[in-house]
Amino acid sequence: MSKSEISTDVIIIGAGPVGLFAVFELGLLDLKCHLIDILDRPGGQCAELYPEKPIYDIPGFPVISGQELTDNLMKQIKPFNPEFHYNRMVEKVEKLKDGTFKVVTDEGEVFRAPVVVIAAGGGSFQPKRPPVENIEQYEGKSVQYSVRRIEEFRDQDVLIVGGGDSALDWVLNLQPIAKSLTLVHRRDVFRAATSSVNEMLALVDAGKIDFILGQIASLEGEGDELSAVNIKSKAGDIRNIPTTRLLPFFGLTMKLGPVADWGLELNDNLIAVDTEKFETSIKGMFAIGDINYYPGKLKLILSGFHEAALMSQAAKKIINPDERVIFQYTTSSTKLQKKLGVK
Amino acid sequence: MKIFVTDYDGKVHELEALEGWRVMEVIRDWGQDIKAECGGACACATCEVYVDEDWVSKLIPASKEEENMLDLVPNVEANSRLSCQILMSEELDGLKVTLAPNSKT
Ligand SMILES: Cc1cc2nc3c(=O)[nH]c(=O)nc-3n(C[C@H](O)[C@H](O)[C@H](O)COP(=O)(O)OP(=O)(O)OC[C@H]3O[C@@H](n4cnc5c(N)ncnc54)[C@H](O)[C@@H]3O)c2cc1C
Ligand code: FES
Repeated sequence: MSKSEISTDVIIIGAGPVGLFAVFELGLLDLKCHLIDILDRPGGQCAELYPEKPIYDIPGFPVISGQELTDNLMKQIKPFNPEFHYNRMVEKVEKLKDGTFKVVTDEGEVFRAPVVVIAAGGGSFQPKRPPVENIEQYEGKSVQYSVRRIEEFRDQDVLIVGGGDSALDWVLNLQPIAKSLTLVHRRDVFRAATSSVNEMLALVDAGKIDFILGQIASLEGEGDELSAVNIKSKAGDIRNIPTTRLLPFFGLTMKLGPVADWGLELNDNLIAVDTEKFETSIKGMFAIGDINYYPGKLKLILSGFHEAALMSQAAKKIINPDERVIFQYTTSSTKLQKKLGVK
Repeated sequence: MKIFVTDYDGKVHELEALEGWRVMEVIRDWGQDIKAECGGACACATCEVYVDEDWVSKLIPASKEEENMLDLVPNVEANSRLSCQILMSEELDGLKVTLAPNSKT
């Protein structure tokens, strides 16, 4: 086993509400979990798409927001010390000869476990790509959708597109090291913190950055090296802006992503499972929450929680086949309460 | 009540609509391809349509929330709207829209 390999009981792909609650159910059965998510925080759709919107159908909570539900789940699973690996896409899942699974991320990390739980929801959240001709050609080098290594922007002609917090934060952070910096947005209203907007406007006034009202029309360059971006201004004229680094910020969208390549039986892009264990066509690999399909499936958080509980029983039997599992209530079992740290 | 929807290949579909339904829901319910990832919560900007010139002025202007979401469309046109924010009513009987490329699943 290589040094960087992480071994655990259960690897959960996706830290949305359902992946989070699975930690609880598995934890009650003494199973330790590692979670991997492409987002930089837990909560999946609840945190990314509707953190402030109310949910009315979580049993026992007449109303709770997406973010509150996420925060509560994080609190509820804390006693089980789950380990989180954010900003990572799971690219490969492979069943080895010994029956365990090898999971590999886009950063090259390797995880090993006897059980894999896919709680990938609507798919992985990925940046929206502007529909500009040949943009793929520059991706990874001249076109980036997030800043991973700030040094790659030093002494570059940087062009940032967007009007939210990510766009403005990077305008402020990259301006001091960039050779030139241009911000492009379709209107002069920004959905960002007022202080960032004011700082940005001050930089424009001081002539340190350029702001153009408009949208990307086309790109110029060779290989993966961008040389200029043509911007269609609001007035309709085209401006040619010398650019070596382009950062478009249009938010995220869900794409099924690598899940489709793991050799699982799919049903219209959803993973087919049974309704006793929520196991996929590969033994030891389970799928719960929005990503799975079975007759009668409802894409509700409530259903995902139920699936997590039943899946956990089956996972336990794979990991500790000889251990007898006794059905217990958290209300009355001192054993369970000890695990939760309340006794 | 009807709406006319032009799909990604330029084909026009006449769809029966119901009062109070969102245009996005009408499009989705009839099986046309529309991502509408957030299900109408004005949180994803993947239900964009181009409104026929004759109809633009007949719609209730976009709310601040909708304008904010339109910022997440990489190439907004003057007649771009989020179809989940247009509610069907008698006045919109016959509305013509075209699915924007960003709404494709
Ligand atoms: C606006 C809106 C309102 C809603 N309201 C309700 C409601 O009132 N009640 C209700 O019950 N439900 C509601 N839902 C649905 C609910 O949010 C989903 O059912 C729930 O989020 C599903 O949880 P999940 O954990 O299965 O998946 P998700 O929340 O989709 O989380 C999946 C996670 O997996 C990650 N992921 C996927 N693939 C990979 C990979 N290969 N590598 C790394 N990470 C990956 C994704 O980035 C994501 O973070 C609503 C949804 C929306 C959009
Ligand atoms: S469906 Fe998400 S914004 Fe309309």
